[in-house]
Amino acid sequence: MNIKLSHFNGGIHLDDHKAESLTRPVQLASLPNQLILPLKQHIGESNKPLVNIGYHVLRGQLIAGSSSPISAPIHASTSGIVSSIGPHLVPHASGQSAECIIIDVDGKDESIKFEPIDVNQMQPADILDHIRRLGIVGLGGASFPTSLKLSRGIDFGVHTLVINGAECEPYITCDDSLMQNQADETVRGIGYLQRMLTPTKTLIGIEDNKPKAIEAMKLALKTGPLPDTKVISIPTLYPSGGEKQLIQILTGNEIPTGRLAFDIGIFCQNVGTCLMIAQALELNQPLMSRYVTVSGDGIRQPGNWIVRLGTPIKHLIGLAGGYVQDCLKKSNNTQQNLVMGGPMMGFLLSSDSVPIVKSSNNILVMKQKLIVKKPDVHDECVRCGKCAEVCPAQLLPQQLYWHSRSKEYEKVEEYNLFDCIECGCCSAVCPSQIPLVQYYRASKSEIRVTQLATFKSDHARIRFKFREKRLLLKKQQEEKNRQLKRKILLEKSATKKTDSNLADPIQAALDRIKAKKNEQVIKPKNITGLTVNQQKQIDKADSRRRAARKQNA
Amino acid sequence: MTSVIVSSPYVSQSKSLRHLMINVIIGLIPGTLAYFWFFGPGILINISFAVLFALGFEAFILWLRKKRIKPHLKDYSAVVTGWLFALCLPTHSVWWLILVGIGFAMIAGKHLYGGLGFNPFNPAMVGYVVLLISFPKEMTAWHLPIPMSGETYGLINSLKFFFDIGNSSWDAFTSATPLDHVKTVLRQNIPISEIYQAPLFGKFGGIGWEWISAGWLIGGFWLLMNKTIRWHIPVALLGSLGSIALGFYLIDAETATSPLFHWLSGGAMLGAFFIATDPVSAATTNNGRIYYGILIGLLIYLIRNWGGYPDSVAFAILLANMCVPLIDHYTQPKVYGAK
Repeated sequence: MNIKLSHFNGGIHLDDHKAESLTRPVQLASLPNQLILPLKQHIGESNKPLVNIGYHVLRGQLIAGSSSPISAPIHASTSGIVSSIGPHLVPHASGQSAECIIIDVDGKDESIKFEPIDVNQMQPADILDHIRRLGIVGLGGASFPTSLKLSRGIDFGVHTLVINGAECEPYITCDDSLMQNQADETVRGIGYLQRMLTPTKTLIGIEDNKPKAIEAMKLALKTGPLPDTKVISIPTLYPSGGEKQLIQILTGNEIPTGRLAFDIGIFCQNVGTCLMIAQALELNQPLMSRYVTVSGDGIRQPGNWIVRLGTPIKHLIGLAGGYVQDCLKKSNNTQQNLVMGGPMMGFLLSSDSVPIVKSSNNILVMKQKLIVKKPDVHDECVRCGKCAEVCPAQLLPQQLYWHSRSKEYEKVEEYNLFDCIECGCCSAVCPSQIPLVQYYRASKSEIRVTQLATFKSDHARIRFKFREKRLLLKKQQEEKNRQLKRKILLEKSATKKTDSNLADPIQAALDRIKAKKNEQVIKPKNITGLTVNQQKQIDKADSRRRAARKQNA
Repeated sequence: MTSVIVSSPYVSQSKSLRHLMINVIIGLIPGTLAYFWFFGPGILINISFAVLFALGFEAFILWLRKKRIKPHLKDYSAVVTGWLFALCLPTHSVWWLILVGIGFAMIAGKHLYGGLGFNPFNPAMVGYVVLLISFPKEMTAWHLPIPMSGETYGLINSLKFFFDIGNSSWDAFTSATPLDHVKTVLRQNIPISEIYQAPLFGKFGGIGWEWISAGWLIGGFWLLMNKTIRWHIPVALLGSLGSIALGFYLIDAETATSPLFHWLSGGAMLGAFFIATDPVSAATTNNGRIYYGILIGLLIYLIRNWGGYPDSVAFAILLANMCVPLIDHYTQPKVYGAK
């Protein structure tokens, strides 16, 4: 099997800073005093707690689950007593809290009995169910429930299985040390994937800055050979570990916009997930711990640890020798130098009390603070186009920035904002130091909000129109009813008239008024019934008046 | 003071804007030195004052616009504008000419549009063209290069000329530029071979000019090597200018000048590597830059041969600047995963 490597557009060479955390062998992290297990550590529906405060739980015991197919259950990663269930700070870019189960560790590390199972006797459907019940999610970062991804892969049909061991972000070495340490199990995990997906070829892509991992994986493939499987050393170039980019490098195929890798018959899985699949199927062990790198210039002893999920980062930092003096400075109780993930795509942590979760691959402790005081300290964009040169999605970041800034979201979408993978290459090379990705994230969320608002207003408009129609119909019905009533009344009154021969009431009323008026006319005035003398006096006065009038005239 | 959490990435491996501008200035040095060698200290006086005026106008307008002055002055973009502007003027110019030109460049060409990054036209070219149209006499008073005039144009005399106090005797040394000369003489149906006999001409272009152009070429290569500029615009510009010139030259070498003459005369080299490559006013996609360069090359040839002006780099660039939004719209690269 000869593989011709392709290239993706752009990309950047970064100082990889991998050596720092590889100087010490991988260690098992000691038990912390408390475990903080967020109910949701995957993409999909949140879990419901299955334990109550005061319950004594054992290692491997199911403590939270959901009936939704898009979910992954949570298991206790050591024994102890559930001390509280409620909101706690979790590792998330928003810096917000979420529901967590907090276990006070008893230190005995008692475990439930992991009944051995025979994977060779299992049907693919049973294997899928098993992987689902053991809470396995993709450990590459997205935390998508693995069983669901696998069942979709089986449905779509897969010709190429791509195993992602590229680990292209600086500082992170957890996959590297995992492959060096547990290559045999990882390869067996890949074997189980092959059994379910039946690909025609399997490509394990590892960046060439990890020669030991490449050797270990090759050796493991020799001792436990898999059909049509090859370890491929790819050139070190960020972001070769992005799913789309790795697929492009290894197969030359691009995933069409808006589609998934299955659509072109490719299935991509991280090496860490393969190891977890092997442990689940061979030892019947749920996902309870993972490899985590602690590195950066702000930590005394960088290295890799196998850490129980739920371990507070503070505990891990203690194991790594603690912070370097300078970076202990805090303001407003906010940590300003702690990143979960790599420096290119990770996010700032607001506190070191947050726990390690299924997606935590790296804790980066930087000496310098990562907060900029004023939002507009950067220079203006001069359209030099260096961002476009490095963009692996072949976008025009300068145009996206221009339109994002002026909030022309239609234009931004025209320039394919939603194809941006937020790898950060453009921001890293910008001579004007513009935080480009931040602008894109803001635009994306703005557009999503607008879309939601449009949906809501459309919904409201439809409802309003429906209401108007309903009211109109009601009015028409009422009018109809009124007319009907009138008709009935008229008919009724008509029949009454003919029946009783009564005079028209209006005419009667008019007659009454007339009679009253007549009465008033015949009312006696004060000149009636005068005596002769009185009449004479009046006549005299009248003639005098007439004479006077004549004289005046 | 409000704090804003900056989202990832938390690494930067970029050269600053200032660094890029300084690179451009360094790239201008070889050509400027050649200019000085052939035309005397006048050019240095022009550059010094143009830069000074440019910085002054920049600071003044930033102050008017209530912007932070120091960081913007420190990006050196005003220095580059002033320097490029000065290189376009006749070697000995009067102070007010530079003041008016730079003033127009900085105010109308740059800041009325919103300052650095927002100007659709190259500010230096805007200033230059305004002068060319408004003051044709002053703008065509080119002095002969030192090897021809024999006059060394000393510093003191140059300064006197600059401040318009005396030195009218230098009027005897003004002459048409080689491009201008070719244009006028060709209209009298004199063959090229005869024109080249005139003392104004060296091996490939005008005396002195060919070396100055070589200076720009060296500086341009340096900019390409350290990736301050990309190859697309200069190659497309010189390529299209050269091909069309070659076409006409092959048809009749007696009525059309050679591609080398076009490349090494006037502002072609300076324009190709230093002015057309101004990213703010140029096309921003790689394909777009090629079309943009080709357009400028064609326009230069058209105006040089059939237009009203002997040289045309500034007009060609300004005309191409106008087409940039159109070019950018139609040259978007294919996005990853697009059908």
